[in-house]
Amino acid sequence: MSFYLRRVAFYLVTLWAAISLNFLLPRLLPGDPAAIMLGKLRRASGGRPLSEETIQAITSILGAGKDMSMWDQYLAYWGRLLQGDLGVSSTRYPATVSDLIAAALPWTITLVGVATVISFMLGIVVGAWVGWRRGTKLDHLVPVTTVFQSIPYFWLALVLVAVFSVQLGWFPIVGGYDVFEFPAGPELSWAFVGSAVYHAILPATTIVISSVGGWLLGMRNMMVSTMSEDYVVTAEAKGLTPRRVRTKYASRNAAIPSLAGFGIALGFVVAGSIVMEQVFSYPGIGKLMIQAVQGLDYALMQGVFLVITLTVLAANFFMDLIYGFIDPRVRHNG
Amino acid sequence: MADSQPTLDRTADDSGYAMGDDAPFQSPVSAEAVRETAREASATAAIAAATSTRAGRFRHILPSRSGKLITGVVIVGLITLFGIFGPMIAQPPRDSSNEALQPPSAEHWLGTTKLGYDVFSQLAWGTQGSLFIGIVAGIVAQLLAVIFGVFAGYFGGVLDEVLTLFTNIVLVIPGLPVVMVIAAYVQNAEGLGPLARSSLLVALVLGITGWAGSAVVLRAQARSLRTREYVAAARVAGEKPSRIIFVEILPNLVPLLAAQFIFGVIFAVLGEAGLSYLGLGPTGSITLGTMLNDAQTGQAVGTGAWWWFVPPGLIIAALGAGLSLINFAIDEVVNPKLRLAPENAKRQRRAAKAGKGVADTGAFA
Repeated sequence: MSFYLRRVAFYLVTLWAAISLNFLLPRLLPGDPAAIMLGKLRRASGGRPLSEETIQAITSILGAGKDMSMWDQYLAYWGRLLQGDLGVSSTRYPATVSDLIAAALPWTITLVGVATVISFMLGIVVGAWVGWRRGTKLDHLVPVTTVFQSIPYFWLALVLVAVFSVQLGWFPIVGGYDVFEFPAGPELSWAFVGSAVYHAILPATTIVISSVGGWLLGMRNMMVSTMSEDYVVTAEAKGLTPRRVRTKYASRNAAIPSLAGFGIALGFVVAGSIVMEQVFSYPGIGKLMIQAVQGLDYALMQGVFLVITLTVLAANFFMDLIYGFIDPRVRHNG
Repeated sequence: MADSQPTLDRTADDSGYAMGDDAPFQSPVSAEAVRETAREASATAAIAAATSTRAGRFRHILPSRSGKLITGVVIVGLITLFGIFGPMIAQPPRDSSNEALQPPSAEHWLGTTKLGYDVFSQLAWGTQGSLFIGIVAGIVAQLLAVIFGVFAGYFGGVLDEVLTLFTNIVLVIPGLPVVMVIAAYVQNAEGLGPLARSSLLVALVLGITGWAGSAVVLRAQARSLRTREYVAAARVAGEKPSRIIFVEILPNLVPLLAAQFIFGVIFAVLGEAGLSYLGLGPTGSITLGTMLNDAQTGQAVGTGAWWWFVPPGLIIAALGAGLSLINFAIDEVVNPKLRLAPENAKRQRRAAKAGKGVADTGAFA
């Protein structure tokens, strides 16, 4: 039980550290983001004076003047956060940060989530096979995958767009759905889902191509290592069929580290495709983050960063729990 | 890509080393270490027997027999030479007197950009800029990893707890978003002057955010090494901890450090490319990432100007692939299983084919 208690304690501390980092960054780094942000908000609202409520929200997120002690600011910051108040966006005034994030999150989670699962499955199955057939020509796949891994994935996206969208015209160039067909925004209909899937093919392909190599390689190397374990030799000596040795003895154990990696990758689903979303102008979290950074919309930036960190933490935590169950050795040594 | 790297890193760790051991003087680590040494020894003997004596006694520690290493060194070497000497022979990278958006020709080997810049010349300067950022960030990350990993692993106790907690926190917080947030704050701050958007600052930010994965591996290794007899002997002999770390422990970690440094460089080059593509890169200097950003803002994809955005990505991919190949060669030395198992399988298959009465089916064929 102490294993789980320690993990819970660790994630609580990390959560506190991440939120405090969010609090400290705008205050400790040089410059005055709160003033910039308020100036932008005033311009966005067309010169009308901002409400006291908005000003307070911004100063508690990004830093107040000298008249408030750091500790009081910290308390006020936590107070806002616990109420779910992340402030107002200046680039998309007067939308609140929470609303913008809520609208963007499903896009990213669906697209990157599905792509990550496909890539993981593909990598594990092929990797196990390549590891099983070690010492044959299949080993040449290993250097090939490194090339795929080293390709900057947003550049791959650019090339895919240039070939399949611009030259061949098979796929749309930008967006998450057809904005001319659905000018009112997302709706619940088959036509809309079809349009969204059609727009998601190229982005998903990009993610799968650039990430499958990592899974494949990790699984292959673990498979090669596992195959030289004594219990695999024993299984072989007992005369078990190769198929049984491969699936029940080798693959199962070799997949454990990859499974841990998969949990982490799921956490990075929200964070992992920021640049790709920029290439495709995909209406997800990454695009929101880029908008925020480019428009110096510090409140939005902080909010998105917080959400990204929280998902990563949650996925890691979840995976740690599962991992302790799958591989009991971790519980006793960790 | 940069974001998915920690995953890979962790997978690789698990395959090679005993991890997560909290009881340094008890069985798991030392048992694993002994087993590993035994395997290594038998492997060495096997190879030594298999190869002729002329090939030299150190053949098994040098990754020289590997075609991967040679390919990797050649690729990285060529790109480095291009980055060093290219800028000397190419025309000034921001000379806009050329005709705009020309496809490749004898005069402009890789064509020109929308502003009439010669792409070949931009590529030479960009390679230099990216390599600079990659190397500086790699060094910074490696230093931090050694401090947090080796010191935590060697000293143990409260220091270990604190350093490890900090490492794990940094490891879990997602990399690119942090870099974006820090870059957004720092680059718009007054008071930093010319440093605010320099490539040095970008390199520092990438280095400061990219060390945690290496530190975790180094800590596990240092914990394992400090239980070895020769370290105990040095301690009994009254060596200072700093001397033990730098003379007894670090030299044994050199292959690992080299692999991590290479990984750090790849991570930084890719990270810089992504950051610059988003418009958060250095403004003063040219890098491969800023070239891609220029191509994006110049509508290179929409107008079909492939010669503008394809070369920078190719250089990054080739550099990353070359460095990874070198890393593979190192990995096969550090983790002999990866090298020996395929070889043994191959040998058995050959023996079966030659009709020596060896089964040619089953797990080991």
